Amino acid sequence: MSDIATQLGKKQREISISEFFEKNRHLLGFDNPKRALITSVKEAVDNSLDACEEANILPEIYVEIKNINNDEYQIIVEDNGPGIIKSEIPKIFGKLLYGSKFHTLKMSRGQQGLGISAAVMYSQLTTGKPTIIKSKIKNKNEGYYYELRINTQKNQPEIVKFEEIQWEKEQGIRIEMNLIGKYQKGRQSVDEYIELTSIANPHLKIIYKLMDEEPRIFERLTNELPKQTKEIKPHPYGVEFGKFINMLKMSKANSLKKFLKSEFSRISDKVATEIIIKSGIKENKNYKNFSLEEIEKVYKAMQEVKILAPSAECIAPIGEEILIKGLKNVIEPEFITSITRPPAVYRGNPFQIEAAIAYGKEKENIENNGVELNDDNEDDKTLVKVLRVANRVPLIYQQSSCAITKTILSINWKSYGLQQNPGALPTAPAVFLVHIASVWVPYTSEAKEAIAHYPEIIKEIKLALQECGRRLAMFLKRKKREEEYNKKRMYIEKYIPVVVEALKEILEFPDKKVSELTNNLTKVLERSKINE
Amino acid sequence: MNNKLLNAIKENAKEIYEKILNFKKPSIKFPVRSLNNVRYDKKKGYFEILDKKKIRTLTVNTVKTFAQTLKMISLSKELIVSNDIATKREAYYVSKNWGDARFNEQPESDTVMDDIEAMFEVNREQLGFIPEEKGGDVAGRLIVIDKDPSTGKTLRIDCTKFGSGAYSIPISVEELEFETKAKFILVIETAGMFQRLVKHSYWDKANCILISMGGVPTRACRRFIRRLSDAKNLPVYVFVDGDPYGFSNIYRTLKVGSGNAAHINKYFCVPQAKLLGILPDDIINYKLPTHPLKDVDIKRAKDALKNDPFIKAHKEWQIAMEQLIKMGVRAEQQALAKHGLNYVIDNYLPEKLRHPEKFLP
Repeated sequence: MSDIATQLGKKQREISISEFFEKNRHLLGFDNPKRALITSVKEAVDNSLDACEEANILPEIYVEIKNINNDEYQIIVEDNGPGIIKSEIPKIFGKLLYGSKFHTLKMSRGQQGLGISAAVMYSQLTTGKPTIIKSKIKNKNEGYYYELRINTQKNQPEIVKFEEIQWEKEQGIRIEMNLIGKYQKGRQSVDEYIELTSIANPHLKIIYKLMDEEPRIFERLTNELPKQTKEIKPHPYGVEFGKFINMLKMSKANSLKKFLKSEFSRISDKVATEIIIKSGIKENKNYKNFSLEEIEKVYKAMQEVKILAPSAECIAPIGEEILIKGLKNVIEPEFITSITRPPAVYRGNPFQIEAAIAYGKEKENIENNGVELNDDNEDDKTLVKVLRVANRVPLIYQQSSCAITKTILSINWKSYGLQQNPGALPTAPAVFLVHIASVWVPYTSEAKEAIAHYPEIIKEIKLALQECGRRLAMFLKRKKREEEYNKKRMYIEKYIPVVVEALKEILEFPDKKVSELTNNLTKVLERSKINE
Repeated sequence: MNNKLLNAIKENAKEIYEKILNFKKPSIKFPVRSLNNVRYDKKKGYFEILDKKKIRTLTVNTVKTFAQTLKMISLSKELIVSNDIATKREAYYVSKNWGDARFNEQPESDTVMDDIEAMFEVNREQLGFIPEEKGGDVAGRLIVIDKDPSTGKTLRIDCTKFGSGAYSIPISVEELEFETKAKFILVIETAGMFQRLVKHSYWDKANCILISMGGVPTRACRRFIRRLSDAKNLPVYVFVDGDPYGFSNIYRTLKVGSGNAAHINKYFCVPQAKLLGILPDDIINYKLPTHPLKDVDIKRAKDALKNDPFIKAHKEWQIAMEQLIKMGVRAEQQALAKHGLNYVIDNYLPEKLRHPEKFLP
């Protein structure tokens, strides 16, 4: 996006990023009032979760939505995270593209430093009101209180009000913002987002207060925080040639070998030597003077040499067991299975796919609260519900353009014992969950609602779903067999007594023979069931 | 009490019982009841059953029918022992007491009954089951000797004394005796034609006995005609609509029996019957008004030519059927009314009866 913005600026006059996004807010998920409300909640909650996890704190988040008047709503999100230091607060909330995550390869919810400040800007645009931020850091006496605006011309925060305050809370952030929105129950609602966030983050306790309703509490299912992830360097296999050239030009390393070792992950001294030998370039040649052909030779050699897959240290999957636990909170499945795939790489970015399939009815309360997990085809309620999660963030919109959906559609579910109409999701009382964890989740747009269609990602999703599908198929087969057996058993149990009774009437044998005859006949028929 | 049948029933049940005790699948054998399991012998004069059998083995899929068959046999045994009877309809209602094994519709119980009948190679009356429908109507020079059901006193029923009505053939005709001076029996397909002949006392003019079948003759009707004809050595002339149904269903069933009840045709057939009319030639000779043959008529005629052992055994019948198909028309008995309402009495029947040699076999 910044590229587009820059180009636009060059062609015409200098316009700020804020100005650009002001005119293109749909790109960020603020295109209609209903979605704006969800997106704002989502950005705040995502930030809180990231902050808590980074600080190794079990998150407890309070979300409240108030209806101020007609279409004006106030959102309150408060966490128990580490808080933010005084000087950073205005920039984090009042400056777009300001953040700590853009330049690192590390798994987190936020990536670009765009979300929360965009929400602040949306609030300002629609209500004219400043956003209120409260922050407290552990072991400090005072907390901070800010009222902030964004100067959209300069992309700079404007502090409307600041004061030090007393806040009984030990630590945390509280954000209050007013915006023009629309609350609607049902699918693609804030309720649904909260619900799914709770599934994807079993270590999260979330209290959700919707207007005048009683607060709903989603208790945490585990006290284990997700594994702490590490920053990593790009993996050699995934770097595109153009990027490789840039990295080469920018590097401060004083030899080719050092460049390879320091800028990439998984390149050891041995591997670096191997690459250089394979490229046929003299080791001592100054790589800064390489011709394009020489760079290409190194690049090609790097692709050919056998290099370890990127470390999974940088990714924290939810985990097979906890995923099941989270799903069970929402549905009461007859059968549930999950799989966490080994880490894989797309464009040098490690990612890891998890999938779960739960078969069975949803819990009552979900129905009552109208959380529809399905995006498409409202008419047919029996279609499989697709839950898409990326770095523990539920994806609510754009289901049909998402790589996860595309992959589900590409699988022939009939061979796994499910019904499926051509080109449609399978029909079954089932939930399919797919989680992609990555240092850099490739979205189709800045609104972060759909996963881009990378073949490597699709392949991993497919393998995960197929494995779950195989297990489901086994379950369904067993279930069907049991049902058939019971049906037959019930059926023969209905008529065997009649056969015996008729024989008794004709032959007038003594009563004591009745049970023997009944037992024998049952055995004969059960055996016949297997043979036929 | 029919001890022979009772023993057969018990033997059959015993065999099933012992198979079950030895953990073996019991089975029941029935003769196949259809036209392709009968033989026609001109000398014997009726359809005889062949030995194609269907075996119903007790499996999960057949357990319901198996249970129903055994219950029906049990009901039959009870009827025989207590010297009682049940109509087919009553038997169907008795099944309502069998829990899940009950019949939902009467055709289901009728089928099971037919199976049992064939299984023991008896007629259903012997099993204690009697049909619902009445046997047919009789008028003319005949005295039927029956017994009063309550007193056992002999009754002499004069079939000339029913005025414009008629004597109704009872369901069981085995004990009846006859007195008659009539020269022949005229068996009529439709009740309408029968009414006309009765109204004008045709039996008096022609010195005959009139019997109305009302469509395909019931077993009782067939048996009545057979016993009467045998006892008094009377020829039997049959008067039906001139169409494939009248020929191959009504007339053929009367004469040689049906494929469905082939095991009992021996008793329920009238091999001496001959077809008086309406013959294909009559349609031409009497210039009868006609209707075109429907597709089902043509199919019936072709089927009969191909599959009916009776038609196949008689050249005359093949010629008649082919002639009818070629003409592509059919004519009803009532078509004779074109020449006047009583043309049938005054002209048609007398003329036809002068040449019995022209009747079809």
